[in-house]
Amino acid sequence: MKRTAGYLLIGIFFGVVMYKSEAASWFRIYEMFHFDAFHMYGIIGSALFLGVIGVQLIKRSNARSFFGEPIKIAPKERGFKNYFFGGIIFGLGWALAGACPGPIYTLIGAGYVSILVVLIGALGGAFLYGLLRKYLPH
Amino acid sequence: MEIIFEPWPWYVSGPMIALVMFLLIFMGKKFGMSSNLETMCSMCGAGKSTSYFNVDWKGSRWNLTVMLGAAIGGFIAAHFLSINEEVEIAANTIENLQELGFHSAGNAYLPERLYSLEALTQPGPLLILLIGGLLIGFGARYAAGCTSGHAISGLSNLQLPSLIAVIGFFIGGLVMIHLLFPLIF
Repeated sequence: MKRTAGYLLIGIFFGVVMYKSEAASWFRIYEMFHFDAFHMYGIIGSALFLGVIGVQLIKRSNARSFFGEPIKIAPKERGFKNYFFGGIIFGLGWALAGACPGPIYTLIGAGYVSILVVLIGALGGAFLYGLLRKYLPH
Repeated sequence: MEIIFEPWPWYVSGPMIALVMFLLIFMGKKFGMSSNLETMCSMCGAGKSTSYFNVDWKGSRWNLTVMLGAAIGGFIAAHFLSINEEVEIAANTIENLQELGFHSAGNAYLPERLYSLEALTQPGPLLILLIGGLLIGFGARYAAGCTSGHAISGLSNLQLPSLIAVIGFFIGGLVMIHLLFPLIF
């Protein structure tokens, strides 16, 4: 129960940040792909700067989770094609709908009914991937 | 206090996103939003169609809780932490978008042409949102991660696969906006 409350609070914080940073705005995504402003690059860049330092510190220390368990940060599976082609397909959708999965949930909460269409599409896309998986290069 | 009601600058937002990732790591989990799409497919019985979704989704309930929180956060931010919804994008961008017919550029959070209730009754915008969603869901699962899982979590852990995926995100985004937008809009 305590853990669930923790996840919920982290999620709420994340949703507020997505909305207030305007990372959930279609316009900011368009602007980013036009290289017209530093805003989105600043968000991702500063998150990464701190992220790289923090993750390296966690890996180099014997840091334990809030519940006393050892922290394991699993490496991504090796590969090229699935990351590259999947990435391109995702990028096409990200630019068209102007939202990635996190902001989709945030925008539903913010009251944009139409974003439900994007969510339905995304669920359909994930389902389609599950069906076609064995025929795709990985 | 008033500064909270303004849009948050990148140097506040970026570190907060890193904080979200660290909090999840210290909860013993990881930061990645698109795996929820898969979980929801499994919940809805997609395992009957293909064994790929035949997983015990209960182990992913924690991430669905984060997702629910992200929606609640959106509600709170939009209704209680914002004075107006205008996104002040660059003057260049506004000009570009005006030419493409996006007249709400600079005056709204999302383009009315795609996201207004009125647009929802027209087949064109509806199809664009649906196809956009399809590409997002398909691509995110094919690449095994989205912006949070690769661009933030994966790159923070210096993972080469995440770098490949993020390069892919940008190729796709640039192709869409620079080559396909003039054809679509």
